[in-house]
Amino acid sequence: MTRRLAALLVRIAVLAGLVATLEICCRTGIIDPLTVIPPSDMVASMIDHVGSGEFNEGIVNTFSTIVLAFVLAIGCGTLAGALIHRSLRLRDVADPLLASYYSVPTFIFYPLLVALLGLGKAPLVVLGVLSAAPAVMISTLSGLDGVSPVLLKLARVQRLSPARTLWWIVLPAALPRLFSGFKLALSYALIGVIAGEFILSGSGLGYAISFAYQSFDNRAMYGLMLFVLLAAVIANGVLYVWEGRLARRRSNG
Amino acid sequence: MSTAAVSEEPHVALDGVIRQYDGPPAVHALGPIDLAIRRGEFFSVVGPSGCGKSTLLDVLCGLARPTSGSVRFEGRELHGEVPDGIGVVFQEDASMPWLSVRQNVAFGLRTSNLSPKEVAERVDHAVSFMGLAQFAGHYPAQLSGGMRQRVCIARTLVLRPRLILLDEPFGALDQQTRLLMGDELLRLWCETGATVLLITHALDEAAMLSDRVGVMSARPGRFIDMVETGWPRNRDSRIVSDPEFGTVTARLWSSLREESLKTMGRAA
Repeated sequence: MTRRLAALLVRIAVLAGLVATLEICCRTGIIDPLTVIPPSDMVASMIDHVGSGEFNEGIVNTFSTIVLAFVLAIGCGTLAGALIHRSLRLRDVADPLLASYYSVPTFIFYPLLVALLGLGKAPLVVLGVLSAAPAVMISTLSGLDGVSPVLLKLARVQRLSPARTLWWIVLPAALPRLFSGFKLALSYALIGVIAGEFILSGSGLGYAISFAYQSFDNRAMYGLMLFVLLAAVIANGVLYVWEGRLARRRSNG
Repeated sequence: MSTAAVSEEPHVALDGVIRQYDGPPAVHALGPIDLAIRRGEFFSVVGPSGCGKSTLLDVLCGLARPTSGSVRFEGRELHGEVPDGIGVVFQEDASMPWLSVRQNVAFGLRTSNLSPKEVAERVDHAVSFMGLAQFAGHYPAQLSGGMRQRVCIARTLVLRPRLILLDEPFGALDQQTRLLMGDELLRLWCETGATVLLITHALDEAAMLSDRVGVMSARPGRFIDMVETGWPRNRDSRIVSDPEFGTVTARLWSSLREESLKTMGRAA
């Protein structure tokens, strides 16, 4: 058995153990089932609510907003990172701002965004981009810093145009670090959008969870929470596997 | 593949080349240098650390413009661009970790107008020539430092350069591997008929491989001695057991010793 497989099995066992413990605690009354419902009920509730189709519109709304915020964050973050990388003066200004960016709770700007952009998708997308783009900028800067100068010299020796140098050398060389930023950006975009919906929006999964919470509908709330959790885990899992393949090729195959 | 011998015609010529870096403080790195490397010659450059050997290579291949003077390759003056026909192998590992050995070697031909069949033939030949055939599908991370450097040499070879510039390509390798890589370099030089310029800090390597060795002074680097080795063209690392080898190496060291001491800040 490989070390990676062993670690995966241990991870699954720990998770299964925690879920089983929670199930037992809920079933035996150690945890008040009015506060937390058993995990098996959460699964049943998720299947009922998602399967019924009543949340289809919310699901589509939420995930399309997340994807839009994620894609825009990658585009804007990569572009901004590349521009900052090219200018030493801009770098001097941006570095401390980027380093302290995540100490600012971006959600506090949501009312302002609603006032500026109205209710609907736009403020949520902006909130998602504001949450995710700095991670992409930081990883772009780190990725570009990490491109070996000798590879850039090689590009000149081979008389590559700037576009070919970027496409054939800079991007592939920076990809592992860029990818780390993309992974973080997905998480931040998801958190930004769901939290935004939770606070003020009138639609989407975040709003549905908030509505269920305020209506004391624990079963629906936990079912939807589990659905969001699973979606986040699956999306991150796909990126994680992809990143792992890239890293293995570059380390020891 | 050609096995042409050295001709008297200058392949590369430097005329009064000086290279300075703007300050502050301004640094006079190189020159003035006058040098003519003959077509098909194996020419090595030795010198103390920081004397401008790598700067000389950058100027020679067009990566850097001389502050004054001119560089001519095959009769044409270089103007800060690497011309067709020059291949460079760097001291640092310049293999691309995201490409397999075969893809790394083929990278050199991505911008060529060759047909896919011709590209495949050239790549196969270069990969086999450098003894990498059984590693063609491997990635650089799976190879040793010496093998990665062979990948870089193969990538230069597919371009069929007429002038090959090598900047301490074996600097990170152990002595045995260096000797063997030296043999491969000599075989490559004999088969391609290319002109080779090798930058090295190893006197024995320069003495073993070269037709002629240029000894550079401490910064600003100038040539203070030119040593003709007189070796036959078909040679290999066994030349180190030739009694003349010791004489050549000793002369190189006697020219270089005082300059090395200057670099260390001590009098001879």
